[in-house]
Amino acid sequence: MSDVFERVKKIVVEHLDVEEDKVVEKAAFIDDLGADSLDNVELVMAFEEEFDVEIPDDAAETIQTVGDAVKFISEKLGK
Amino acid sequence: MSRRRVVVTGLGLVTPLGCGVGHVWSRLTAGHSGLARIGHFDVSDLSSQVAGIVPRADGRAGGSPDMAGVFDPDAVLPAREQKRIDDFILYGIAAADEALKSSGWEPADDAARERAGVLIGSGIGGLETIYEASITLHERGPRKLSPFVIPAMLINLVSGHVSIRNGLKGPNHAVVTACSTGAHAIGDAARLIAYGDADMMVAGGAESAITRLGYAGFGAARALSTGFNDTPQKASRPWDKDRDGFVMGEGAGVVVLEEYEAAKARGATIYAEVAGYGLSGDAYHITAPSEDGDGGFRAMRAALASAGMAPGDIGYVNAHGTSTPKGDEIELGAVERLFGPAASDLVMSSTKSSVGHLLGAAGAVEAIFSILAMRDGICPPTLNLDNPSVDSVINLAPHKAVSKSLDAVLSNSFGFGGTNASVVFKRA
Repeated sequence: MSDVFERVKKIVVEHLDVEEDKVVEKAAFIDDLGADSLDNVELVMAFEEEFDVEIPDDAAETIQTVGDAVKFISEKLGK
Repeated sequence: MSRRRVVVTGLGLVTPLGCGVGHVWSRLTAGHSGLARIGHFDVSDLSSQVAGIVPRADGRAGGSPDMAGVFDPDAVLPAREQKRIDDFILYGIAAADEALKSSGWEPADDAARERAGVLIGSGIGGLETIYEASITLHERGPRKLSPFVIPAMLINLVSGHVSIRNGLKGPNHAVVTACSTGAHAIGDAARLIAYGDADMMVAGGAESAITRLGYAGFGAARALSTGFNDTPQKASRPWDKDRDGFVMGEGAGVVVLEEYEAAKARGATIYAEVAGYGLSGDAYHITAPSEDGDGGFRAMRAALASAGMAPGDIGYVNAHGTSTPKGDEIELGAVERLFGPAASDLVMSSTKSSVGHLLGAAGAVEAIFSILAMRDGICPPTLNLDNPSVDSVINLAPHKAVSKSLDAVLSNSFGFGGTNASVVFKRA
């Protein structure tokens, strides 16, 4: 779990150009981290690349916070 | 409807001679060349291997941060934003920044922002973005395409970014007329002000088509110079008997246009008045100009008519002059016919001999050169004009700039599809 969080955090910092300490589990990509809808699409693609998982569009829509992303990816990897 | 007067109050340049109006103009009039061998992509299988490349601080194409007038992408946008736009948008934003800064224009309130617009075009747009995206789509499938592919390559996104960046809420428009784009953009934007749609417009052109696809495509059309790959600074030689095609350049030219009374009232530096604008179509061929130069002739005649001027009022013509075997002589013939006896007093040069052909940015960059020629009384030279292929009474300013007091100047731009534009500037 913590490994997934750290890797997600690294991607978010790089793509959204935000301070590391702002990237906490509760942080919402759009409301807290300044992302727009296109940023979100790009983030999801970056997660897919990093973790070699597929995140379908309907699942991507439910990923609103850093914690959502970590949870979804961890579950995918756990299978 | 009475037309309002329109003046130029700001200038911005990103060119193969560097960026910044002062830097570029001093190099241009000193007879420097911005042309070089292409080093930033593989040209070994391409017929033309020379180009006018913007010297960049990020090391692309041999640029280095300590060069004078170097273009620094990081000074324009953070790295993350740069990745989301094609280079032509980056150049357009930078040139617009300089033009706005030099104009000193500041909106008094939101109403002023709503009367201020943007009209910056491009001939080709995000060619490299399209090329790379095509490869990604082919090799990795649609799910691997960035959501920024489309906004990175759309031509009107220069106007979009400049509008967003500067809060300009008036007309937001773009021109796409190949190599006439920059001239059409300035002419059309001036009309938007003249007819009351806006009080201020940021106008011009931007281009970045020096890519493998751009060179392969124009090469296939046999439009590019191929005989000077080892002597790039000799490759662009308008009217010279050894010319063998154009040399592509990249960059952007952007002007700030304002309604005359408003510009005067705020004490703006007025570089020139947009006195006349003429447009025409050849109705002849997709890439070749009409043999008799009729299209260019009519564009120039219409520009003079709208300026209420006679040919003899024009002291300098910045020619389209691309260094192609056919086009140069056809344009020269059209200018000679239009000017008649006044041709013997005329100076005409092609600054493409120095910076190459900036396609959709060419008309805007050359409009700025024409305005500066009038301001300083210096007609920039036509480099490499060693042996003219035809005799002319017109002074084509071979090799060296010509000093001449100028009250009005004309800039020509002709594009694929047979689209022609001429813009006349005079002292305000």
